[in-house]
Amino acid sequence: MFEQTDPNQIQLTAEGELKHFITTEGLSLEILTEILDTADSFVDMSAKQVKKVPLLRGKTVVNLFFEASTRTLSTFELAAKRLSADVLNLNISTSSTSKGETLKDTLMTLHAMHSDMFVVRHSSSGAAHFIAEHVTPDVAVINAGDGRHAHPTQAMLDMLTIRQAKGEFAPLSVAIVGDILHSRVARSQIHALRTLGVTDIRVIAPNTLLPRHIESLGVKVYTNMQQGIKDVDVVMMLRLQKERMNSALLPSESEFYKLYGLTMDKLALAKPDAVVMHPGPINRGVEIASSVADCERSLILDQVTNGIAVRMAVMSMAMSGQAKSRPNPHEAGE
Amino acid sequence: MTSNALNADALLDKMKQGLQALLSQGHKPDPLMIGIHTGGAWLAEQLHKDLQITSPLGALDISFHRDDFDQSGLNPKVQPSNLPCSTEGRHILLVDDVIMSGRTIRAAMNELFDYGRPASVTLITLLDLQQRELPIQADIIGGTLAISADQTVKLTGPAPLALEIRNRSEN
Amino acid sequence: MNIHIKGGRIIDPANQLDQIADLYISDGKISAVGETPNGFVAEKTIDASNKVVCPGLIDLCAHAREPGPSQKGSIKTETMAAVAGGITTMITPPTTSPIIDNSAVAELIKDRCIEAGKMTIKPMGALTKGLEGEQLAPMMALASSGCIAFTNARRPVANSLVLMRCLEYAATHDLLVIFQAQDAALAKGGCMHDDSTCTRLGLTGIPESAETIEIARCLLLTEQTGVRAHFGQLSCERSVRMISEARERGLPVTADVSIQNLLLTDESVNGFNNDFHLIPPLRSQLDRAGLIQGLLGGSIQAICSDHQPHERAAKEAPFADTEPGMIGLETLLPLALLLVEQNMLDLPQLIEKLTSEPAKILGLESGTLTAGSDADICIFDPAEEWTLTPEESYSRGKNTPFMNYPLKGKVSYTFHQGKQVFPQEH
Repeated sequence: MFEQTDPNQIQLTAEGELKHFITTEGLSLEILTEILDTADSFVDMSAKQVKKVPLLRGKTVVNLFFEASTRTLSTFELAAKRLSADVLNLNISTSSTSKGETLKDTLMTLHAMHSDMFVVRHSSSGAAHFIAEHVTPDVAVINAGDGRHAHPTQAMLDMLTIRQAKGEFAPLSVAIVGDILHSRVARSQIHALRTLGVTDIRVIAPNTLLPRHIESLGVKVYTNMQQGIKDVDVVMMLRLQKERMNSALLPSESEFYKLYGLTMDKLALAKPDAVVMHPGPINRGVEIASSVADCERSLILDQVTNGIAVRMAVMSMAMSGQAKSRPNPHEAGE
Repeated sequence: MTSNALNADALLDKMKQGLQALLSQGHKPDPLMIGIHTGGAWLAEQLHKDLQITSPLGALDISFHRDDFDQSGLNPKVQPSNLPCSTEGRHILLVDDVIMSGRTIRAAMNELFDYGRPASVTLITLLDLQQRELPIQADIIGGTLAISADQTVKLTGPAPLALEIRNRSEN
Repeated sequence: MNIHIKGGRIIDPANQLDQIADLYISDGKISAVGETPNGFVAEKTIDASNKVVCPGLIDLCAHAREPGPSQKGSIKTETMAAVAGGITTMITPPTTSPIIDNSAVAELIKDRCIEAGKMTIKPMGALTKGLEGEQLAPMMALASSGCIAFTNARRPVANSLVLMRCLEYAATHDLLVIFQAQDAALAKGGCMHDDSTCTRLGLTGIPESAETIEIARCLLLTEQTGVRAHFGQLSCERSVRMISEARERGLPVTADVSIQNLLLTDESVNGFNNDFHLIPPLRSQLDRAGLIQGLLGGSIQAICSDHQPHERAAKEAPFADTEPGMIGLETLLPLALLLVEQNMLDLPQLIEKLTSEPAKILGLESGTLTAGSDADICIFDPAEEWTLTPEESYSRGKNTPFMNYPLKGKVSYTFHQGKQVFPQEH
């Protein structure tokens, strides 16, 4: 009854360049590869004495975190500063917003202060979409996590880490283990892996932690970890939040660990050169054994380093897309 | 020179002679050669070898220091800059293939100065297209060329090195 | 006033009438259909050629929002919207503020409605005090004050014994109970149908069992207590099957469905489109097909609008943070006509589901053009193409995906008790 347009295309300019980064879903192989390649150049940069580039000098980046997070907030702050941007951090707890200003009003106020980019983390799925589509379409919106919908920068830093370790995506077998139901990271990872060419994507979880019809995203479902992890190249563990025990989703942490925790025994079922990843912070003894988290096949620390580079990449690309899609009154010289 | 294919070797020789003469004056002891990606890096490699510069060769990618980010956005094909030693107090020999408006050199110098304070920077370019928009000049050039607004010059390489005049639309 | 409606296609399903004929109104009642009554002198004549003349529509569920938050609507604005949509009777839920669990509120609504002077509101009364699901509401008093049926809306009656007692009490006085079936715990926090679109969007879903479990409980208690029962705004194919089975067993329950659940599915939510945040939710293609089947097969007898007006701010937030609901009074008819266009029903069958069937369910004498009935009449042009715009919409709320959408079928005149209420006469 209504014209079907792909809602994820609001992320792109008319020329197909990134101007918002909201979800990995709906982005082409070319764009995802460009993000990885651009991030690569920033990884090299981070290793040198000079860590700053002037790309975003004079631009204001506002970190708008409606959900508390020290780790993600600080990596975004660092990324923005390395691009020479002016950074404003706003940690707004949901309760104060619901008492006073609506999300829309908060953003309109910030917009009036001439911000160039919003990095938003919010507990409601669709928050980033809402902002990009209805509130401030001319300000680059970077999604730092919205409800259970997407965490695209995490997914891309995971992809970069996989690419560094394994090279090609197509022949890989990847397992995502844990609380898929509540995971925005898992959803973003699945879309990215598929677009990058991985055909064997497995989700491993008990039924209570699997979203309805998750297979429709193009994954194979396993409730038995031993079966699911067999011969995989990459094991991506997800965080299990303590609250899940209280909502009748799991009986106990120890039962979860016994069945779905990544131990050296279970890892032995994967390929001998399989790598282990986790978005952090890790719950040792709940999702993953210390021995595995600290072993040489664990890429957890690489993920952290790549996090800054990937965020620098998407911030530069989105700012570039926004600038180019604005009507330009004068020509540029060489 | 009006033919579409310019004599890159002849220009390179002239550059080499100029640089040799400068170095023998003795005011730039233990110079550090840095080429600007991509054409300048190829030329620098050649010069570095032919003139037997002892310090390791460096390369600079100026993509992140360009002044036209708002108009042209980000170059997706960035290559890493590689400066093998500190630039602090050194005499830099900066090499590029073409100098036109001067903005590339400004970007390169901005980036260089982020790394440290050099003792001096000497600019060596193969070709000067004499269409400055900024007050920046090369110290040593291979040659000059006048081209029209719809033309551009491209150095191909790394071997053999060759210069071509192209119409802008061909890019 | 004597009114002569000339040359329209009279569709009166209650009397199985479908023919071009004249209609005569006298003293607020239908005087005759067809032959001019003796001594009738028309004081006003309306040319209804190429138009349909049918009973005023009866909407089994629409929110007028009064008493309550005025930014969402008032009886004045929403009754105007109703008659603009050809609706002359609407049933409103007790979820006002204060709740319709005492006569004073019911009387207030009655008074406001008369003041507005456009159409009739027959409110539903609360089944339990405060809709809290614990104590019986004073149903007889509410019925005397005009409540046509009783419901606990979508608020839980957690204790089955309490629910049983409510139904027994209603049955004692032959009162109609309307169930808006939703299991509170299963539906908690949910904002759309729990399926692949919901999974992709990372929203909390409402599984079909949230509706079917409550329907099962209500059907069994209805059977046990013998209460007259109606199931409002079904959303699942499974629910239709359950109602169907119950009816086959001889249990005289009835059901309705909103026009949006007949036309749309959960896929519309794609992209977090707040217009499609609805409770009950839009469900799958299978559910939609099942609801249509139910309507065609007679397990569902009526179509309603489930009109829920909201102020702009209520829909301007991330999906799950918005308030659910869409307006529907002014679009009910043109959207329902799509079912005729898609050859699922013929026009008289459609009109039946908007007039005589709702009247039957409620035990009303309206919904018909029988001589002697109140002259509640809708005259519409089934071929007229138009769009609803925010400026021209009478409802205070503008929250519908069908705003500025090409519609076909527009109301030309609405009469209520013989008085022309739309278009407004000056």
